[in-house]
This record gives sequence, structure tokens and C-alpha cells, in this order.
Amino acid sequence: MVLTVRDLSVTRGGLAILEGVSFDMAPGEALVLRGPNGIGKTTLLRSIAGLQPPETGSVTGAEDQIAYAGHSDGLKAMLSVTENLQFWASVFGLTEIEQALTAFDLLDLRMRLAGTLSAGQKRRLGLARLMVTGRPIWVLDEPTVSLDAASVALFADAVRDHLGRGGSALMATHIDLGLDEARVLDLTPFKARPRTRQIDEAFL
Amino acid sequence: MIALLLRDLRLAIRAGGGFGLGLAFFLIVTVLVPFGVGPQTDLLSRIAPGILWIGALLACLLSLDRILALDWEDGSLDLLATAPLPMEGIVTIKALAHWITTGLPLVFAAPVLGVLLNLPLAAYQWVLISLAVGTPALSVIGTFGAALTVGLKRGGLLMSLLVLPLYVPTLIFGAEVARRGAEGLTVQTPLMLLAGISFGVMALLPFASAAVLRINLR
Repeated sequence: MVLTVRDLSVTRGGLAILEGVSFDMAPGEALVLRGPNGIGKTTLLRSIAGLQPPETGSVTGAEDQIAYAGHSDGLKAMLSVTENLQFWASVFGLTEIEQALTAFDLLDLRMRLAGTLSAGQKRRLGLARLMVTGRPIWVLDEPTVSLDAASVALFADAVRDHLGRGGSALMATHIDLGLDEARVLDLTPFKARPRTRQIDEAFL
Repeated sequence: MIALLLRDLRLAIRAGGGFGLGLAFFLIVTVLVPFGVGPQTDLLSRIAPGILWIGALLACLLSLDRILALDWEDGSLDLLATAPLPMEGIVTIKALAHWITTGLPLVFAAPVLGVLLNLPLAAYQWVLISLAVGTPALSVIGTFGAALTVGLKRGGLLMSLLVLPLYVPTLIFGAEVARRGAEGLTVQTPLMLLAGISFGVMALLPFASAAVLRINLR
């Protein structure tokens, strides 16, 4: 399934921040979004994931295809690593979690409560969640925050494996993942021109 | 959906889950009221049904802001919104989990604590029935309030102000069932109205909660 984004404009806090964003992402492709802080990477990803409606433009091919991973991992501190993963797997109608645990080197931590994990281990668990969704398009917002070099390599392997099985990945990241096949899309040219507009969002 | 319900129940009974919070508050209210009223058993037994209902309502209110705020803080709500579950289903399950962990224990605690308030013998069954019929409405309305204030820091005050007026009809008819039952009068009309409120909010409010939650997640 090709993800097609056409003329997308997004707003944050009622102000337009990006406009005219267009790209395609075919199965097996990885696309890395670049741009300075505040350019609107997170807002764009949330729009594509369907969490907020775009101002104008369209996103096609995203319906029920996207596994989204934001800044927070969505983990419950009082549930164990296995329980957290099993919960997300069953929400997405799957049961198999062993593969995800292995891919992110979590097998030794499986009985630990998520609240007792380190920041990097939590992130690895958050990323392992992507593998139990069974969804083809991964939309990742800063996936490598608090990961060490070895874990970044694990993550890159997981992404490569996912691409190899016909999935695709859209990432906003500042660091080099070592994914040579990934295309880079710089968002700076799409920055919205400052203009005044009626702010009525609070009343909608 | 079942997975979400099981997860919420499991979280509620683990440490820091707040399972006993409402129950403990209910216990405190019913223990303290007789001390406040003084040694007048006839007065106490006249106000007992109302006190039990007010105690149950406040105990419910106490735990409302946990329904969605915790999932909002750790990002699970964003992830649930992108999952295949419909948002209406998510808020319904959240309300159900809240009722099982808060409302249902109150239903069974009320007759026991009624002893402390010198509750008339005839009223026991009606307190139990009216709470069983009415507390689901409290959870569903409360979930709506929680959805309205989910993004706000310390939104508890605003939520209480928004939710309390919506709780008034449930309280009026619930306490009326218990009072009439205590006096041996017929309870049919208030009981039907109470059930009407419960079923009405169960049918309609999940759609409203889901709509405001979608706006709040933007």
C-alpha cells in the first residue's frame, strides 16, 4: 500500500506551520524527515497518523495501516515488559510477541516491571511495540531518543527487516541511523509563510 | 476491547492503582456522619439513605480524573487512538472499568455501612438496588467529564464543576428510591427514572466523550 501525501498543510496551536507537503512512500521504502526544531515534524506525523485533521490536502493509504510511535512510549509502569507487549498485541489482534522481544534484546528483562526499566530500555520496549502491531507503515517520531549505539543498531536492523517484508517507515530523526536506503525529506522549504488568519479553533 | 478492560482492572488492583480509594472515602464519610449528627438515632435513620448516596457519589467523583489522565500522560491514549479500536469503544470500556473498580464495590459496601447509620431494615434492599442501577450512570457521566478535561494540568477542579450538575438528577432519583423504600412507599416511579437516566447516558454519552476526546488529542 502506497502512502500518498498531497499538498498537506498542518497547524499547531491555530497557526499554520507547514504547507504544501507532498510525497509518496511505497512498500519497502524508508523516508527520513529532517528539519530544525519547531518546523512541524511531530505535527506532520500526527496528522499522517490521523490524530489531528490536516488543514488542507490529503493523506491516502493511511487508514488502519499505520503504527505510530510518539515521544512517549505508552507503557504502564506497574505492568511487566511481557504484559505491556501482550496488551498492545491483543489490541491489534495478534498474540506473538517473542519475535519483538528478541529483536530488541528484551528477553532478559521480560519479567521486570516497566517502571523499573532505564530510559533506553523503555524506549526499546516502546519500539518493540511496533512489531506486535502487524501494521505495514511505521510512523516514528524521534525513535532513537535515549538509545545507545548498540540499541540504535538493533533498531536499524528491525527497520531494515520490516522494509524487507514489504513494510515502510516514516521517521523524524536528527541522527544518522545507518540506513543507506532511506530517502531524506527536508521540511525547511515547506515552512508556512507568516500570515494572519481568523483563529476560531477554540470555538469549534 | 477485552484486553483493554483486563489491563485497566489489573492496573487498578496493583500498587498505586487506586482500587480502594473510593471505598475508603465512602467508609470515612459513613463513619464520620454519626459523630457529626450526634446521638439521635431517629434523625440518623431518616437521613441515612441520602448520606449513603452522597457518600457514594463523592467517592465516585474522587477517582474520575484517573480514568483518562493516566493514559494521556504516558502516551497510551495517542496509541489507542491509532489502534483499530473505535474511540467510542475505548471510552465505554474505560467507564466500565471505572464502574467495576469503584461503583461495584460501593454497591456492596453500602448495606454493610448502612448499619453505622442506623439504616431502617426496609431500606437495605432499596439502597442496594438504587446504587446498582445508578452508579453506572455516575461512571459514564464521569468519563465524559474526564474526556473534556483530559489535556489540562490539574483539571480535577474544572471537571468536578462540570460533572456535579450532571450528577444531580441521578442523585435525586437514586436517593428518592432509597428514601421511599425506607418508608415503605412504592418506589416504581423514581426507580424507573433512575434506570432511564442510566440507560440514556450509557447509550448517548460515549459518542459525546469520543468526540471531545478526539478534539483534545489534536
